[in-house]
Amino acid sequence: MSTLSMSAALNLALSDALEADERVLVFGEDVGPLGGVFRITDGLAAKFGDRRVFDTPLAESGIVGTAIGMAMNGMRPVVEMQFDAFAYPAFEQITSHLAKMRNRTRGKVEVPVVIRIPYGGGIGGVEHHCDSSEAYYTHTSGLRVVTPGTPQDGYDLLRDAIDSPDPVIFLEPKRRYWSKGEVALGAHRVGFEKALVRRPGKDVTLIAYGPMVATALETAEAAVEEGWDVEVVDLRSLSPFDDETVCASVRKTGRAVVVHEAAGFGGYGAEVVARVTERCFHHLHAPVLRVTGFDIPYPPPKLEEHFLPGVDRILDTIGRLQWDDEVVGSRA
Amino acid sequence: MARTSLPARERSLLPTDAPLSLLTRTGAPVVDSELVMPDDDVLLELHRRMVIGRRFDTQATALTRQGRLAVYPSSRGQEACEVGSVLALREQDWLFPTYRDSVALVTRGVPAQGTLTLLQGGWHLGYDPHEHRVAPQCTPLATNTLHAVGLGHAARLKGEDTVALVLLGDGATSEGDTHEALNFAGVWQAPVVFLVQNNGYAISVPMSKQNAAPSLAHKGVGYGVPSVLVDGNDPAAVYAVVRDAVRTAAEGGGPTLIEALTYRVEAHTNADDATRYRDADEVAAWLDRDPVDRIEAYLTARGLLDDARRASVAAEAEAYAASVREVMNADVEVDPAELFAHVYAEPTRHLREQAAQLAEELA
Repeated sequence: MSTLSMSAALNLALSDALEADERVLVFGEDVGPLGGVFRITDGLAAKFGDRRVFDTPLAESGIVGTAIGMAMNGMRPVVEMQFDAFAYPAFEQITSHLAKMRNRTRGKVEVPVVIRIPYGGGIGGVEHHCDSSEAYYTHTSGLRVVTPGTPQDGYDLLRDAIDSPDPVIFLEPKRRYWSKGEVALGAHRVGFEKALVRRPGKDVTLIAYGPMVATALETAEAAVEEGWDVEVVDLRSLSPFDDETVCASVRKTGRAVVVHEAAGFGGYGAEVVARVTERCFHHLHAPVLRVTGFDIPYPPPKLEEHFLPGVDRILDTIGRLQWDDEVVGSRA
Repeated sequence: MARTSLPARERSLLPTDAPLSLLTRTGAPVVDSELVMPDDDVLLELHRRMVIGRRFDTQATALTRQGRLAVYPSSRGQEACEVGSVLALREQDWLFPTYRDSVALVTRGVPAQGTLTLLQGGWHLGYDPHEHRVAPQCTPLATNTLHAVGLGHAARLKGEDTVALVLLGDGATSEGDTHEALNFAGVWQAPVVFLVQNNGYAISVPMSKQNAAPSLAHKGVGYGVPSVLVDGNDPAAVYAVVRDAVRTAAEGGGPTLIEALTYRVEAHTNADDATRYRDADEVAAWLDRDPVDRIEAYLTARGLLDDARRASVAAEAEAYAASVREVMNADVEVDPAELFAHVYAEPTRHLREQAAQLAEELA
């Protein structure tokens, strides 16, 4: 057990995967000697050489398209898209080829490619550097979409992603790169597809993922003063979705709020609300609500605080969950 | 600009002003060609496979009229490219074809039913790409260029002697992926051969609206990729330039871009009406440059192809067409449960639920 930032945990996961399997390759823009703009690949080119960790021309479709070809020839490429919005040029390669190759070839061709994408806001980034693009990928069958909320999951989920025979969109919450936590290394992973209860509670379930896990936990602490005992579920895997863990929590608490940074309309939270409502209807005391980004393009840095879901907005939303006077106490 | 006025490096990358060729339109040998004429047995095999390929193509079009295929994009008139390029490959090499390259697939040895599964509609693909070293036929244009570069580069990293040949059309050279692939291949010196079959039309859009460069082959120079312009209706020349490019790539010499000038004699597919955008005179002029007639004339003049061999090749092609009819006239069997089987390595719980739902509906 050691204390690591998420960026260090991700770096260690890449290093261990390169060490464990010679088919693993790491490439993309600036991932070589520079170590990536967020330094996630720091030191890897020096350690493993430029045949396994290398810079490519600046072309995202090219990076993903060549990764598919390499995977067809037995490699396990782990590629980096520098920022969320810069992955869009690769969209056709991801949706038409990476996601469909196994299905169209009846399983004859596997393309175990991992696409790492730093995503989300909260770092004062200028436009095109702060998108939450998860719904584009979760809407695409054949892809796995995962996102760590803690340094431990940064390590575990990335190792799982690299080991997976399926293509994985690995969304890294860039505002949490520097957050530290305890990380235990080794083959102890909890499983790729499992959501985790990060904080037990009995009154309401906050369903969050990626950058919002920490925000949800902060909200849960603040909610104690309001008299609410909040359970926090970290989804970890957005696709496939762990109905079991989420619904077990909601059936227990009877109330749920889904939190994400991405715009709400047509967003991932809508799917979560639908699934929870379909499965837990008779356990619910109130409609499942969402706290999301507004339905606008990601704002400029000096306005992003108004866009991002924060503790106050989440507490306000919890307050709208049709509480009885006795339960809500002072807030009624 | 005269090639001789350019610096040596640029000059070495540029295609010739006139397309390289070995056989004239009438099948006479080209005097002083810079290409080496393939051996006689290769020429005879080119002829045989082109005749069989053309018969396959005609048969496939007929199958659309009988409702056995949803659609078929013919490559009639492009047999020199379809066959010449594939025969130039070695067993360990990979082919990355497009939807118009069914003749290339059957020439590579993919069974007819497997080749036509996509168009028959029972599944998206009907063969094992690894078995034949033939990637799935690519319908989104130019995306396969990057797959070829990746596969070739991985082969180099593994120390394998494998070359990737990617087929694309004139329209696909306008897609961004083509340019990214040429650039990646140039930077990595990947063992890849790009063969652009310039058949004059991207569905209805002619070359004049597709490209302003002196030729499509000129696009290689910007990426440091040596480029070749070849007569795409000359099977001997196509074979020779692809074979040279494969050898160069295998020896570590990097990629080559080949533009083969040919013509799509039929419409884009059986569902298209080419009379809306081109004249019959233009088609007729190209029929005079027919690649099968050309190699027949040459082989006949050389005394390598007599009536007996011509008849035996024709009979083989007819027998093949009959076997294609037989296998394609059988109703295709589909299994609704398979819809969920290959999406992930293991079906997710979510997909298992949906598979159960469909099974219940069908029960």
